[in-house]
Amino acid sequence: MNSSPLLEVKNLRVEFATRRGTLLALDDINLSIAPGEILGIVGESGAGKSLTGAAIIGLIEPPGRIASGEILLEGKRIDNLPYEQMRAIRGKQIGAIFQDPLTSLNPLYTIGQQLTETIQTHLPVGAAEARQRAIKLLQDTGIPAAEQRIDQYPHQFSGGMRQRVVIALALAAEPKLIVADEPTTALDVSIQAQIISLLKRLCKEQGAAVMLVTHDMGVIAETCDRVAVLYAGRVAEIGPVADVIHNPSHPYTVGLMGSIPSMDENRERLLQIDGSMPRLNAIPKGCAYNPRCPNVMDRCRQERPELFDAGATRAACWLVSPEVQTVRVNA
Amino acid sequence: MTAPLVEVRDLAKTFDVSAPWLNRVVERKPRQFVHAVDGVSFTIERGKTLALVGESGCGKSTVARLLVGLYAPTRGDVRFDGQSTDAGQNAGDLRALRRRMQMIFQDPYASLNPRWKVLEIVGEPLREHGLATDTESLRQRVGELLLQVGLAASDVEKFPHQFSGGQRQRISIARALATQPEFLVCDEPTSALDVSVQAQVLNIMKDLQKSRGLTYLFISHNLAVVRHVADQVGVMYLGRLVEVADKAELFSAPRHPYTRMLLDAIPDIKMSGRARTPVQGEVPNPLNPPTGCAFHPRCPHANARCSSERPALSVFKGVQVACHAVQEGRI
Amino acid sequence: MNTTAPSPGRLARMLDSDVWYSFKTSPMAILAAVIAFLCIFCSVFAPWVSPYNPFDLASLNLSDARLPPAWMAEGSRAHLLGTDGQGRDILSALFYGARISLLVGFASVAVSLVVGVGLGLLSGFVGGKVDALIMRICDVMLSFPSILVALLIDGVGRALFPNAQETLAFGVLIVAISLTGWVQYARTVRGSTLVERNKEYVQAARVIGVAPLRIMLKHVLPNVMGPVLVLATIQVAAAIITEATLSFLGVGVPPTSPSLGTLIRVGNDFLFSGEWWITIFPGAMLVLIALSVNLLGDWLRDALNPRLR
Repeated sequence: MNSSPLLEVKNLRVEFATRRGTLLALDDINLSIAPGEILGIVGESGAGKSLTGAAIIGLIEPPGRIASGEILLEGKRIDNLPYEQMRAIRGKQIGAIFQDPLTSLNPLYTIGQQLTETIQTHLPVGAAEARQRAIKLLQDTGIPAAEQRIDQYPHQFSGGMRQRVVIALALAAEPKLIVADEPTTALDVSIQAQIISLLKRLCKEQGAAVMLVTHDMGVIAETCDRVAVLYAGRVAEIGPVADVIHNPSHPYTVGLMGSIPSMDENRERLLQIDGSMPRLNAIPKGCAYNPRCPNVMDRCRQERPELFDAGATRAACWLVSPEVQTVRVNA
Repeated sequence: MTAPLVEVRDLAKTFDVSAPWLNRVVERKPRQFVHAVDGVSFTIERGKTLALVGESGCGKSTVARLLVGLYAPTRGDVRFDGQSTDAGQNAGDLRALRRRMQMIFQDPYASLNPRWKVLEIVGEPLREHGLATDTESLRQRVGELLLQVGLAASDVEKFPHQFSGGQRQRISIARALATQPEFLVCDEPTSALDVSVQAQVLNIMKDLQKSRGLTYLFISHNLAVVRHVADQVGVMYLGRLVEVADKAELFSAPRHPYTRMLLDAIPDIKMSGRARTPVQGEVPNPLNPPTGCAFHPRCPHANARCSSERPALSVFKGVQVACHAVQEGRI
Repeated sequence: MNTTAPSPGRLARMLDSDVWYSFKTSPMAILAAVIAFLCIFCSVFAPWVSPYNPFDLASLNLSDARLPPAWMAEGSRAHLLGTDGQGRDILSALFYGARISLLVGFASVAVSLVVGVGLGLLSGFVGGKVDALIMRICDVMLSFPSILVALLIDGVGRALFPNAQETLAFGVLIVAISLTGWVQYARTVRGSTLVERNKEYVQAARVIGVAPLRIMLKHVLPNVMGPVLVLATIQVAAAIITEATLSFLGVGVPPTSPSLGTLIRVGNDFLFSGEWWITIFPGAMLVLIALSVNLLGDWLRDALNPRLR
């Protein structure tokens, strides 16, 4: 159907060594992103979504480390590269956008200097052409009077403008993949909408794929093609956005979608999931969601489910496993 | 019709953010003021919820703090059950009045003293107002309060760091309910919580409102949450109220251009992909607000009058709007 | 519905904490703690631990004067570290001297802690003109070298009370040293208070109607004491050295209760005649105490620093 995926994450495990033992923060994550696709990674705090993004960019700091698994970019492994090679890939092939635009830019350099530095590091162009490209990038991201503002410092820009500059920086070297970690969370609602549509448009124009990490389902609904729902360091459900939102199979996804107040419904009470996500040192045996699941079976408490096909999506739930399905069909 | 429980008239708060005296003299800088709240008037009926929405810098949090007495107003009047809450009042009366209104804060991690046990935290208002004098009755009262918010009575001996964000917020609610207030000011109580935890807290708040006849002032920037909890909604922009309407009216037929822009900009999980008008501009610097109507630089319907004359909040077909274009019938 | 575990007791919490773990795994901290503890123990229980009472004039024997330490020729087992010009046992003098030094050191730190933390809290909490005034006083105090301030106060004290009793002389000395130390606490606490004051638990207390003084003492104070602890540990060493310097200069403790500084000064005179032990051992003891306390303070600062953990 499709050409080979741009990014593949296979059986990724990330651990943290603490004095109280080793904590497994990501447990067997499997996902893939096709070229030009926008994949959303959604989950609540502690689910491991930022860690997934960090693992792909190669920014996991000790005591965290990638314990096992593979991350492949265009078929080549990038999780085990030495620092220098990873640095070359970061920026050229993978661009990053982080949550806080204030700390993403160096306050001591003009944005022009920061843009041209990135461009010249990764593309074989001279200083003059780099500057021209930088101005064009700023214009593309909607910054007015780009030729004058290119020589201004980050503190002279507002929050939304800074995030546009950060997007320009991320796209400067024409990467194939952009990892965006909560890019709109720190921004006002009206600016969020602008930034989201900007990101979508530019990535489509450049043909870059995006991995969008966020806790905001609304943003995912507006932006992404596919979405992966993370729970306690594992993938609970993954599939096309419309199907995951309107037709979820995993009980956690069902609960999550039901607990989000929406603009076009009138409900007296929101659906609530009792309890909370388990801490890393207290993940239950079997399926991590079993203590909170309304449809829990004995098997869920013993064995951990893999991702099974469930209609248009794939869910890690025994309820949709082939054996249960066949029982249903036969009954 | 009974008198409203809370009446606010022409409330204003100006902060002096001038540079220190020495800097001003040496660098010849003028004094600078921020009109965080600039003439706000509204009423809240008993047992109802008024939500104040707006983006950063609109002054909604300042209004909340003005109402509970954390700031003294620069001008204007706040009346609770017919009595003024002016600081010039009799101290004893003022104290009795303050007992009837309490506040819930945004950050569940900073709103509980990390060194105090839950018993002391929730018991503080009881102790302060003489509602429970000996340890035994204190312990019993606090235990009851915790049960009402869905925690266990044995949690009184624990410290805040042993609880999750959602549980801490519930402890905050228990503390606020200790003096059996009639009016609760809630400053973004669920903004820092995960979506599924938010659902738990919102459900509890709604239940408590029904069982105790509480009146809420609910501050939020999340319109979907507001739609779920509010009876009336007030939209603020740069310290002024631009629209106040019943919830159904506001969401189905928003009048003010800013309200329309806000509603259009929200990414929503059930309504993605709808056609929208693009959003223009950003919230201006509060140190330098635009003349006339604060929204006119971003408004597609602004004319000469809008840039010179500030519109007053007046009634128009059952809602209160501060917009020349609406009042003139242009939109 | 709620599944948090039952709360462990206070001791269990302390033993399980990151700070205790950091202590257990730091050989330097353990060594420093042991040495400091030994010094303090010997000083506090000096009358029971020392073989002699060097300041009991009746027990002195001039014929024992200037004996070298036991491992040298002419030394005697009876006086392990030798004796001074009047036959006083150096080892015992060390313990008694350290006792005085530690007394003055801890007392002055206690006083500057109370003054500094109090003023810092006030400054940070009340703000405005009070804050400006207190901070300007701090700036002025910091521009004077601490020894000079101590000398000045000491001099003034002696001039005012020329026939000072011992305790008065001690009092003046402690005040002199603490007046140079309080500024650090005031500044640190002020900074922390400014941060805590804006936190929502303080605002919640205000909404409840709690009086500002109570908020300051019961809510803010417990949360700003962390850095103060580190500072106090390090300041103890500084106070002991300041006292030693003053006593060395002759304006510290009265000569009837000599501290380590006094011993060093007295022993200085014998240095040129080759009787080095009379001055070196008190000096070494001083260094040992100051060093071990300093190392403890260093470890504590790192242990309490959340970023390093």
